[in-house]
Amino acid sequence: MVGAPTRRLREELGGKLRPVADKLAPVDAAMRLVGDGDHLAIGGTLYSRTPMALLFELLRQGRTGLVLSRPLTCYEAELFLAAGAATGIVTSWVGIGLPWGISRVVRELVEDGRATYEEWSHLALGLRYKAGAMGVPFLPTFTMLGSDLVRLVDTHELTCPFTGEKVLLVPALNPDVALVHVQRADRFGNAQIDGYTHMDADMAAAARTVIVSAEEVVEPERIIERPDATILPHFLVDAVVEAPMGAYPHECYGRYEADFAHFGEYVDAIRRDGGGAVSAYLDRHVHRQPDFAGFLASFGEARLEGQRARARELMAL
Amino acid sequence: MSASRLLRDHRVVFAGVGVPLLASVLAKRRQAPDLTIVLEGGIIGPSMLAGKLPISTNEMRAARHAAMLTPIADVFLLAQRGFLHYGFLGAAQIDVHGNINTSFIGPAARPRVRLPGTGGANDIASLCNEVLIVTTHEPRRFVERVDFVTSPGHLAGGDAREKAGLISGGPSTVVTDLALLDFEPESRRMRLRALQPGVGVDDVRARTGFELLVHPELDELQPPDDEELRILRELEGSAAGVD
Repeated sequence: MVGAPTRRLREELGGKLRPVADKLAPVDAAMRLVGDGDHLAIGGTLYSRTPMALLFELLRQGRTGLVLSRPLTCYEAELFLAAGAATGIVTSWVGIGLPWGISRVVRELVEDGRATYEEWSHLALGLRYKAGAMGVPFLPTFTMLGSDLVRLVDTHELTCPFTGEKVLLVPALNPDVALVHVQRADRFGNAQIDGYTHMDADMAAAARTVIVSAEEVVEPERIIERPDATILPHFLVDAVVEAPMGAYPHECYGRYEADFAHFGEYVDAIRRDGGGAVSAYLDRHVHRQPDFAGFLASFGEARLEGQRARARELMAL
Repeated sequence: MSASRLLRDHRVVFAGVGVPLLASVLAKRRQAPDLTIVLEGGIIGPSMLAGKLPISTNEMRAARHAAMLTPIADVFLLAQRGFLHYGFLGAAQIDVHGNINTSFIGPAARPRVRLPGTGGANDIASLCNEVLIVTTHEPRRFVERVDFVTSPGHLAGGDAREKAGLISGGPSTVVTDLALLDFEPESRRMRLRALQPGVGVDDVRARTGFELLVHPELDELQPPDDEELRILRELEGSAAGVD
């Protein structure tokens, strides 16, 4: 049995008021809502809208025993696994992208049995969050049927009582905590995303605790100007962290492009020095920086502005 | 190039990044200007810049001038409903029945090589009406039976795919640097259908790790024409590397 009974999940929410109140929190306080051993769902996907400022703070605080889930997982998983902060990942894909090759760090850890990689198809993982968000214990689908993926994870085949067709049931996933990075939010937690929304709305509605980081914290009046862009209403959100460039070196749609050169430097260092390069990366970019702003400043304003300029070019019609 | 020519106008293609996306963009500039490209990032109908093809299906370059951006699950659900005419995939390891492995080499409990995983490939292979596969023709890729079925082709062959409950037809065509292959209708075994210019049947056999059926009326593929080559060079631009 993977899930938590639906009634208990509802009772947890019922016992927890997330009011129309100022939820702005410093990142260190917000991240203390994450406990050792939690299942942590990470918003965005691959190198898009990764809540990097929140993740770096968790690494700084030295959490242990986390299980991470994400639609497509980028090198943030390597940082958590190599640091001993996480023991496993639940995802459909791990890597940065074709030009950077297979993740050597994840390969070594998984092949040595030191980390787990629970693999679901992209849609199946999406349906797991969606079931969690819908308040139902599973959803039926035709995906993954017949493949070997179903042998390694907890699914169930059922004959549809209406049509007699075979369907695959995938269980709801209700993360302990979801971290979501957005373009703008107000202090109450109403959060807006521009561009592709990935699985963020579902993973947040499914989760027990939701922490939002935002490029800008805006007045509530700005939110009601564009209610169609609001992806999370305030009553889903526990804390709001202001984090300009908070997904860097990943991208934030409309704001800045991913820093591909930084990915290259990271992967080159691993090719040269092996897994030790991840420790060096953590040391340099997380532990020796006072905070995420310090990490950003270490790249220099010109480089960051270059990332923003490329986003403006791509957004131009 | 050969894969690109399979895409017909006014259809909807679910394309993976790399060669499938490149071939889809090429088709739009040639025989299929109103082909709609769909990417698993939840991107429908983008118009990508030559020389700036995306590395990921979840990035701004992939979403440029899109008609619609959706959550990820929604775009796959459009495929499950039956709106996606083509699913277009690459393959790390493919077997005689068109099953693809992108998960493990060796036993799952203690893999010898942990590959990146399915991503949306399993969903594309499971749900799109017809699946086209493009890959490099090497014996280590073309195996009798994959170590692990990440993306279902015709499974054990015959009607195994339908019996497993899959609701769409599965792979129709495999395009490689040597040949175009289809699947024999009864056994659903891969079959040589046409050769790339200058390639012989024995060349293909030598680089295929299973016994290959050959269609009785074997065709030869047309070499790329000057315009195809010109468009391809323009599209590839800096996308081949990392800018």
